[in-house]
Amino acid sequence: MLPDRLRALFFRKDSVPPTDSAGRQGAQSVHRVIAPSRKPVPPAVRTSKGLEQFFFNIKDVVGLTILDMAGANQENITFLTNLGHRMYASDLVRSIEDTFGSDLAEQNNASRIEFFLQSNFNYLPDTFDGVMLWDGLQFMTPALLTATVDRLHMIMKPGAYLLAYFSANERTADVPAYTFRLLDDKTLQVTERGVRSSGQVFNNRNLEKTFTRFESVKFFLTRDNLREVIVRR
Amino acid sequence: MNNIGKAVRVEGKIISREDIYVDGQVEGSIESPESKVTIGPNGRVKATVSAREVVIIGAVQGDVTATDKVDIRKDAQLEGNIGSARISIEDGAIFKGSIDIRKPEPKVAPAQTQQVFAPPIPIVTQAAPAPAAGPGIKR
Repeated sequence: MLPDRLRALFFRKDSVPPTDSAGRQGAQSVHRVIAPSRKPVPPAVRTSKGLEQFFFNIKDVVGLTILDMAGANQENITFLTNLGHRMYASDLVRSIEDTFGSDLAEQNNASRIEFFLQSNFNYLPDTFDGVMLWDGLQFMTPALLTATVDRLHMIMKPGAYLLAYFSANERTADVPAYTFRLLDDKTLQVTERGVRSSGQVFNNRNLEKTFTRFESVKFFLTRDNLREVIVRR
Repeated sequence: MNNIGKAVRVEGKIISREDIYVDGQVEGSIESPESKVTIGPNGRVKATVSAREVVIIGAVQGDVTATDKVDIRKDAQLEGNIGSARISIEDGAIFKGSIDIRKPEPKVAPAQTQQVFAPPIPIVTQAAPAPAAGPGIKR
């Protein structure tokens, strides 16, 4: 059985939530969308160079351990397990909202950050051969992002790859979040699930600085203002 | 089918030889190796669950192992590791943990009597030489 790190999501009555910056107890316990979509956007199918590169790097190998933070869905489970990999699943965006709520200032609260890391990244060092973070990192403030990336560096194996997406639109603070479903090794079905406040502006320089402890960072800038990033541990 | 109603709370180990439906609270473990375990919509299980097939509609915290299939329905919540030959998860379900697909070991076919065929007799197409003239049969 998993340790207590994940308990808060489902069994809140039994968990001890961290205090907020004002010393109050009780984390945001509901899934909150800062700004819901104007109207439901139908799912779209798109190709992804970053995704293609990610799977190219791990092709012809079976039995890898992959962390998929898109939230569990049948497509990703089927695709990854059919490749012969063991996968770990959770929903990063949802967990950010459950832990910190809609107030970005809460993401600077050290006890909440630690709780968040324990809830989502409590794995042994060098556990993962690949991590698919999707678009979750772009909703983090610098303090939370730094702590999360440090933890990712620890739980990824040397030579492992990380896939992350960031909005390349620097003019707006609110960016849409998506669910990502794997259709094949370079094609995704993406569905918008609301608009959220971006924790900061992400450009190439920021991202290189963010992943400075990693061996390499590779960018793919798409025509629809998405920055796809492949990071090698 | 065994039924644990929503007003029932069980602490300990449950072993069942037939299908079991849990709509109450269970802490401990549930084993039904030959049958199906269903966690109903009101079920709140903090236990390891091991069965031929596991269907989750409610909430489970614990590892789930199935020799055949794990079926996670819409609105279900599972926090734990899954080991199963097959897994199905509906949109809306919440899952945190690992997934390990374990293909069932192929069943060994029972030993059969092997049919033995006689080796084929070579067919000689070459014309046999004409027998040499020999002595006739004397009566």
